[in-house]
Amino acid sequence: MTDIIASTEQAPVDPHAPLLEIIDLDVSFRAANGTETPAVRGANLTVYPGQTVAIVGESGSGKSTTAHAIINLLPGTGRVTGGQILFQGRDLTTLPAKQFEDIRGDAIGLVPQDPMSNLNPVWKIGHQVSEALRANGRAKGAEAKRQAAQLLTEAGLGDAERRLKQYPHEFSGGMRQRTLIAIGLAARPKLLIADEPTSALDVTVQRQILDHLEELTAELGTAVLLITHDLGLAAERAEHLVVMYKGQVVESGPARRILTDPHHPYTRRLVASAPSLVARRSDTAAARAEVVERAEQAADAAVVADGGATPAGGARSTGEDVLAIENLTKVYKIRGAGRNAGEFKAVDDVSFSVRRGTTTAVVGESGSGKSTLAQMVLRLQEPTEGRVLFDGADVTTFDRKAQFKFRRRVQPIFQNPYGSLDPTYSIYRTIEEPLRLHNVGDKRSREATVRDLLDRVSLPASVMRRYPNELSGGQRQRIAIARALALRPEVVVCDEAVSALDVLVQAQILDLLSELQADLGLTYLFITHDLAVVRQIADQVCVMQSGKLVEVADTDTVFESPQQEYTQALLNAIPGATLSTSVVDAGSRPAGE
Amino acid sequence: MSESALRAEQTHFRADQAHYVADLEETPLATTDQVDESAAPGGLWLEAWRTLRKRPLFIVSSLIILFLIVVALFPDLFASQDPRHCVLSNSLGGSTSGHPFGFDLQGCDIYSRVVHGARASVSVGVLTTSLVVLIGGAIGAVAGFFGGMLDSVLARITDIFFSIPLLLASITCMQAFPDKTVTVVALVIAAFGWPQVARIMRGSVISVRSAEYVTAATALGASRTKVLLRHVLPNAIPPVIVIATVSLGAFIALEATLSFLGIGLNPATTVSWGGDINTAQNVLRSNPSVLLYPAAALSITVLSFIMLGDAVREALDPKSRKR
Amino acid sequence: MRWYVGRRVLQMIPVFFGATLLVYALVFLLPGDPIAALSGQRQLPPGIEAQLRHQYHLDQSFIVQYLIYLKGIVTGDFGTSYSGRPVSEVMAQAFPVTIRLALLALLFEAVFGIGAGLIAGLRRGGFFDATLLVASLIVIAVPIFVIGFVVQIVFGVKLGWINPTVGPEANWSELVVPALVLGSISFAYVLRLTRDSVSENLSADWVRTATAKGLSRRKVVTTHVLRNSLIPVVTFLGADLGALMGGAIITEGIFNIPGVGHALYQAIIRGEGPTVVSIVTVLVIIYIITSLLVDLLYAVLDPRIRYV
Repeated sequence: MTDIIASTEQAPVDPHAPLLEIIDLDVSFRAANGTETPAVRGANLTVYPGQTVAIVGESGSGKSTTAHAIINLLPGTGRVTGGQILFQGRDLTTLPAKQFEDIRGDAIGLVPQDPMSNLNPVWKIGHQVSEALRANGRAKGAEAKRQAAQLLTEAGLGDAERRLKQYPHEFSGGMRQRTLIAIGLAARPKLLIADEPTSALDVTVQRQILDHLEELTAELGTAVLLITHDLGLAAERAEHLVVMYKGQVVESGPARRILTDPHHPYTRRLVASAPSLVARRSDTAAARAEVVERAEQAADAAVVADGGATPAGGARSTGEDVLAIENLTKVYKIRGAGRNAGEFKAVDDVSFSVRRGTTTAVVGESGSGKSTLAQMVLRLQEPTEGRVLFDGADVTTFDRKAQFKFRRRVQPIFQNPYGSLDPTYSIYRTIEEPLRLHNVGDKRSREATVRDLLDRVSLPASVMRRYPNELSGGQRQRIAIARALALRPEVVVCDEAVSALDVLVQAQILDLLSELQADLGLTYLFITHDLAVVRQIADQVCVMQSGKLVEVADTDTVFESPQQEYTQALLNAIPGATLSTSVVDAGSRPAGE
Repeated sequence: MSESALRAEQTHFRADQAHYVADLEETPLATTDQVDESAAPGGLWLEAWRTLRKRPLFIVSSLIILFLIVVALFPDLFASQDPRHCVLSNSLGGSTSGHPFGFDLQGCDIYSRVVHGARASVSVGVLTTSLVVLIGGAIGAVAGFFGGMLDSVLARITDIFFSIPLLLASITCMQAFPDKTVTVVALVIAAFGWPQVARIMRGSVISVRSAEYVTAATALGASRTKVLLRHVLPNAIPPVIVIATVSLGAFIALEATLSFLGIGLNPATTVSWGGDINTAQNVLRSNPSVLLYPAAALSITVLSFIMLGDAVREALDPKSRKR
Repeated sequence: MRWYVGRRVLQMIPVFFGATLLVYALVFLLPGDPIAALSGQRQLPPGIEAQLRHQYHLDQSFIVQYLIYLKGIVTGDFGTSYSGRPVSEVMAQAFPVTIRLALLALLFEAVFGIGAGLIAGLRRGGFFDATLLVASLIVIAVPIFVIGFVVQIVFGVKLGWINPTVGPEANWSELVVPALVLGSISFAYVLRLTRDSVSENLSADWVRTATAKGLSRRKVVTTHVLRNSLIPVVTFLGADLGALMGGAIITEGIFNIPGVGHALYQAIIRGEGPTVVSIVTVLVIIYIITSLLVDLLYAVLDPRIRYV
């Protein structure tokens, strides 16, 4: 570790007195028409010097609001309506705005959530880092520049001198996050608030950055208040956990205790659903095998029932491999500025096959090519080389008519529930669209089909006349599933279909997908970056890195005895991976829902 | 187990960080992800409408516009006097009963001319805007959606027309037509006024076409045309609506400017505010009110359209939409 | 950066040719015989008429005429107007006046528009903001000639503070009030643009990060809000110069300013083809150049654009 800029001497901190005490905090937001909505109610939490405390919760739990309230950074419409925030004995809720400038940066630092939008795009990195030093009176002019370079190095950014002169858009996500960490720690605060500091990053990068942050704060003696939605991550990094739900603290205590002995029903739900923890359970394999068997039976039955023909009129084989990828390659030409122009291989010679009625997961980090692969299977992009065999036929040679029929048999579900439904279409129209496009049935039968589909995804029929903007993310994803099933496809390509959902909702959707697979004999191609989710739902796993297929094997093999280093690195990077199995298993005993 | 957790084990137990569980009564659990049945259903447009109808800006401007349309369609309901009945002896007379605004230089009743002048302005505005939206919208949509060479060519054409100031081009073009009817004026203005709408439509289409629901529609089997017409256009339209509303006002002002310069609507055949302002120039110093009445009518008209455009823009602003 | 500049210049070339061609076509291809317009109601003896036609190349094909005209632009020979004066002389007299007028208007709209917009954006929803919004709406809505007349009547005639019309000299001080009128509508746009931009940037994530660093409110605004907010405003101002010159025609008419707009208007009414074409062409060229400069300026202000 390069030598750390020593923190200037301030009043010595008493290790036995709490650094931060939040007592009965209430925070409300005022809407345009004047009504006040409480976002946080009666929250209590304590942080001791040098300690790491994690606040865990889903969206809407109030965890970020609490964190922002501490340094008076609530958006204009929010304010503290009750309770106290004691920092080293001073009540911050009664502090005049001017004095907060002294506290911020100096005493309490912030590492915000989204690295893209939290750095000003028009100023150089060096300027933005040294600004933090100047603002807190740590250094000026050339000295500030020198220290800024050191801060960047300490945060893990190599070649710091050159980096100072670059702009945020020239950095990768991980580099920007490190910059934000450097800024947050620049003035050596006593407390660092880290708001979901790594949610937007790849798993391996996440682990590196969090490890680094842990080392740094340990050396500096900084207390950390970590905000996260990931229970596994929280338990791994913090000594003390605070679980929030709908603005209230429902449970808190030592991290191990919360995992092994959760009391509150919400905590129990979280522990039961968190993929990184669930993935360790031994009963997953058995449950999975059962689903696969039922699915295979249903798939075979469907083939027989149709007399060997698909609804689209093509011949349906009883062969095992419904999908076969052979030497698939995709090369992009980059139009760049002189030097940068060239080729980019998004997918490089990938081959694998998928058995009917099973789930194959394609796992990779950003830039691995997994999404491009999915797009080629869906015929949304043309491969440069190689072929995709669907039911034995090479789809890359299909003409327009054949492709149209093909679309009925392979359907996608996309990642962003807020983007995959047309906001001007009612729910009814959204689900009906595929039926209309392919001229299935008449108006009345289509309505019946829509109702049936909504029932399958456990949504009330009344939802038909609503619009996407009235539904939550999980509900919209169900609609997307219903739409995908409308044409009774054989293969469903889930492109990060659950990645944007809260943990509990994610668990629900995964259960739904499993159920549907068992009932309808569906085959899934499941694209995801989350290896933990994979264990719950996949039979076969393909690991991709930089366009190449690194490893392909059945789930158990990949998880228990991975062949490749990269796969092992991915497994190690799962948040919660370092928690001992006994801790995880203990907490997951079915304690009743 | 992580280092920090180990440390936690070793440090002495802190009482205020002991295992705490909230009272179940105070923290009840809801079913995960339940549908809210209580709210009234409504999509984008309905939401926008509901926001819109409460805003004073919208209410005032749309009332004025509705009134204007009525006046334009049925001027005789409001003014019994023939606007072309001009008696020289009344020249520059003040207001008397039945002639609230007085008389202009030719002895024509100003009030009646103001009322009848509405039709010219409103028709030019509506016709021009329709043309501009059709032409500009089509070009912009095609350029934005299909991209590539087509986009480059269309974008250059748009640039070319855009680089010639609208006023100058209109003035020049108007010279060519001896018979200056409403249709002619509308065509002339539209011929050079479409680039702005084209640019906005193009930008809007470009940002919409990369949405996931567009990809989803393609994956369902929709052809490109269907995707453009059924998904892209309906979602790309809001900014175009805003610019169309504001442009309507601008086109009315432009028509008045042309008439003011003497090359707009033929004053012998059509009563127009711009034309009246033109003739009122000569008596500006002595009788400013002769100019100010039609000027006021013109200003209020343009103002109401711009206010409407503002209100619509706020209602359709994606940032304020519920998510 | 060089690529970006090069591409923009390359894109402007077809626009230049297209625009000049369009202008030329507008004036000459439209129905109406320039010679007839020139001679008015008089019948010219046939010999004279043929001579005039030849002199103005009217007996040659459109393309040839266009090429001759292009050559003229490049060499600075704008031909002779039908009344005998060289067009370049007309322009040399008129352009400086209009340029002074337009620059004054630009200065006015930039300084006041940005200043007021900044305050309104920072205190959004306040009294100042609401007043400015209403005022700007009114200014945009009232047609420029109405504003011009009102100003002329009130300040020139009734109050006598200024000269109702501008003399042939048209020096800077005389042009102040007309410049205010000319720039009034653009001023309103600049104000609203600045206000919206500032207000939007105030709620940007990086502003929150900057505040979290411990920066004073003042520093946060001047460093992190100002520069970001000015980007769209500056580009608008750059594009506006061309628009101002084109729109000067009204203001010059009202205040009797001997500028380009005035000359152009006279030429159009009299059907003076060469003059009209030349003046509009120069205006178009000015627009193209300022457009290019604005794009470059944008790249300077916003580093993200430089590598696109």
